[in-house]
Amino acid sequence: MDLLNQTLLLLWKDLLLELRRRESLLTMFFFGTLLLFVFHFSFDFAPDKVAEMAPALLWLAFLFTGTLGLTQLFQVERENHCLDALLLSPLDRGALFLAKTFFNLLLMLLVELVVMPLFWILFNLQGWNLLPQLFLVTLLGTVGFCVLGTMMSAVTLRARARELLLPLVLFPLMIPVILATIRCMETIMRAGDLGDAWSWLRLLLGFDVIFVTVGILIFDRVIED
Amino acid sequence: MPVTQPLRRRRGILGALALIAIAVGLYWGLIVAPPDAYQGEVQRIMYLHLPSILAAYLSYFLVFIGSCMYLWKRERRDDILAHSAAEIGVLFTALTIIEGSIWGRPTWGVWWAWDARLTLTAILLLIYTGYLMLRSLIDDENRASSAAAVLGIIGFLDIPLIHMSVYWWRTLHQPPSILQPNKAPWENIAWPLLIPLLINIVAFLLLLFYLLSLRYRLGEMRDEIRMHRLEHSL
Repeated sequence: MDLLNQTLLLLWKDLLLELRRRESLLTMFFFGTLLLFVFHFSFDFAPDKVAEMAPALLWLAFLFTGTLGLTQLFQVERENHCLDALLLSPLDRGALFLAKTFFNLLLMLLVELVVMPLFWILFNLQGWNLLPQLFLVTLLGTVGFCVLGTMMSAVTLRARARELLLPLVLFPLMIPVILATIRCMETIMRAGDLGDAWSWLRLLLGFDVIFVTVGILIFDRVIED
Repeated sequence: MPVTQPLRRRRGILGALALIAIAVGLYWGLIVAPPDAYQGEVQRIMYLHLPSILAAYLSYFLVFIGSCMYLWKRERRDDILAHSAAEIGVLFTALTIIEGSIWGRPTWGVWWAWDARLTLTAILLLIYTGYLMLRSLIDDENRASSAAAVLGIIGFLDIPLIHMSVYWWRTLHQPPSILQPNKAPWENIAWPLLIPLLINIVAFLLLLFYLLSLRYRLGEMRDEIRMHRLEHSL
């Protein structure tokens, strides 16, 4: 389990850095909350409409917050040639990919854990008991987002205007995840359980599995030299 | 290395063949073939629409192959192939969307509808424009190549997933006219309509390979210039 050990080691490094700097998590959290306010001002909701719009709005908020986190993902590595040092060390590059993916996943999940209940409070939504199920779907969607997001932020690492380029290449690829997550959440909010949305969930799972595998296989080619 | 004369001649022949095939295909499709029983004259756009989307898909497949080969072997030629095919794929995809719009206006009454196949085509255009943009925004040539190769692979693998999701999301496009699961292709279309379609498919494939060979040569020439500059600066 060399890969796992190395992944945990790298993840620990990133977590420690985040703990001391508190940059990404706080900005992401405030941005997510800010988006909820902006949404509320932009749409004049009738109370019965909110439940219909909730999954889409929530996912938009997560998508934008996640992108904000991704643009910072390799920031620490860019400073002081840290990336070169990492690549010189006898680490498996797959471990680097997994660690970065997990780190971003962790940040996003923490933000979602706060923003979702906040959404329920701010928009006066009913059905608190559905939150665990909704969060599970969000988790699967976020995994898909983080996997491709990490790949793409590594790919755009050396590009000019990388912060602008990243969503440009990432969002079209994310369409299956966006659609599947929002449909699943809608079904849960309407019917109380997944019901006929199982095929969407399978699609989401398939997406996650395919791109985690592809990521581990080709990540060492992405970040070479 | 200088261009060998036979290669250039072969490219010329390919171009001439493409031109002739397109002329014959257009003549047959627009003048010889009878108008469609239901859709009338508008249907003739199919003779361009179907071949151009086929050419686009083939281009993206070539991008995928070129990208895989490049990441594996690091040969310049694979990268040039992927880059060339991506540019041509974007061209054909854009053409497909424009033709589809022109057809959709009289048939559906709107220029654009959020139907599954239209959406899929538009997403393809977005992915591969992103691919070209990524290439142009990375200064280091080798890094641009491997970054683009990764996107070329992931983008192609994503197509079936996007396809599935937008299909479940919405279907309004008429079901595929010719390739249907329960019938052989030639039972769904009358011969007088099938012949010009086939000619046009061949014509567009010839055009694709002609453009590809030109664009590939351009990529090679860029590499040669870069090598010369490097030698000069040493």
